[in-house]
Amino acid sequence: MFQPKKARTADIEQRLLIDAIYHRYHYDFRGYAQASLKRRLGSAMLHFGCKTLSQLQDRVLHDPVVFPALLQYLTVQVSEMFRDPSYYQSLRAEVVPLLRTYPSLKVWVAGCSAGEEVYSLAILLKEEGLLDRTLIYATDINHQALRAAESGVFDVDRIASFTENHARSGARSSLSDYYTARYGRVVFDKSLRDHMVFSDHSLATDSVFAEMHLVSCRNVLIYFERDLQNRALGLFRDSLCHRGFLGLGSKESLRFSGHADAFDDFVPEDRIYRKKAGL
Amino acid sequence: MSSLPPLPPHAASHDAIVVGGSSGAIDALIQLLPALPPTLCAAVLIVLHLPRDRRSLLADIFRQRCALPVQEAQDKEAITPGTVYFAPPDYHLLVDQGPHIALSIDKPVHYSRPSIDVLFESAADQYGERLVGILLSGANEDGAHGLQAIRAAGGLTMVQDPASASMPAMPLAALARDAGHHVLTPAAMADWLAQWPERQTPGVSA
Repeated sequence: MFQPKKARTADIEQRLLIDAIYHRYHYDFRGYAQASLKRRLGSAMLHFGCKTLSQLQDRVLHDPVVFPALLQYLTVQVSEMFRDPSYYQSLRAEVVPLLRTYPSLKVWVAGCSAGEEVYSLAILLKEEGLLDRTLIYATDINHQALRAAESGVFDVDRIASFTENHARSGARSSLSDYYTARYGRVVFDKSLRDHMVFSDHSLATDSVFAEMHLVSCRNVLIYFERDLQNRALGLFRDSLCHRGFLGLGSKESLRFSGHADAFDDFVPEDRIYRKKAGL
Repeated sequence: MSSLPPLPPHAASHDAIVVGGSSGAIDALIQLLPALPPTLCAAVLIVLHLPRDRRSLLADIFRQRCALPVQEAQDKEAITPGTVYFAPPDYHLLVDQGPHIALSIDKPVHYSRPSIDVLFESAADQYGERLVGILLSGANEDGAHGLQAIRAAGGLTMVQDPASASMPAMPLAALARDAGHHVLTPAAMADWLAQWPERQTPGVSA
């Protein structure tokens, strides 16, 4: 039988560091999955030349330039445009026809990181003729990632995989229609960014801010423990309009959450859910 | 191979077996997994390097050959003894407190996601000396660091005999980093696993 060990020094240090970050900077990682956090903190310790998390905590509390750098280790996920193309195919085929019935649309990309999914959705909506009446709220706790997302600039060496994913998403245009390449970078069109609002928002501490027709939050909940997952899903439920849509990552499910009863399966294989009537 | 340290007798004190491999490893798994007895009381977690952009058929393939339930690992799922879990394509597989499964899309390690090091290091952290680590055929260095972490935590480690591996680079990288791993052919590993004892009554202290 597996028996939890007595609290080990490294586990104690990790908890203390996460508490310190919360009290000093109001970033709340207390409900995050520990194993991933530990790996990231390990990379950060190497970067900062700290032998222990206690040393890192000392630096975080007393050196104001350390925390913003540490935050990059704690938060940046690696995504790509049109990751899991079948998700976007299902949005096009199943969700878009219903979105067409609304005179205006609000979409929330929660935990948008550097913006790959935001631009993917904007391009999809443009291809489907819906972008002109859509506002996409893109939120994250990482200010630097938000600034990167807002710039719409990506390394040109990522474009090949973005293009391939886009083509497999049921594309109605060429990805190159939406960006300009120069100096090893590509910049996506302002016409896409005009429909995006970037904002700091924490799924751990902030609340609902608008009524949405579609919430897309993929590969974010895997980093949360169960309680924080439930908090985030509660926010999504409360922010969705009557019969609004929720898209999760391909390995994330409502099944084990406290909010499974609030949603119907809509496209189960692509983790697209629909808020139940009467909620 | 000569001068191998003798394998310890089967210890019912192991809670989990982690297995990593890349090219050539499926051949070894075809020998290992069907050898696992239906009474196995350890969980089995497996990372194989796979194409990232298509669904993995591993669980389906091995379900038919195994006495144990075989499935693709799901995030937040409690890790159950006697179950075989495969990492899904393009996600890291970690063991988190509980113990339960945690998936992540953190950046690739050794160009690999899932990465063997990520599984092995997180499992070593949770299971300590109650873990067996097995590294199979492959063409890169993923797993070498993780296997060393398992040994450092007191776990038992095995490397596929490089002479029996269609891609010996991965076993050789692990042995270059730490020559103390047991070196066995897949057939010898299968024999050892097949004799895994049934779990003693839970709660009996050693």
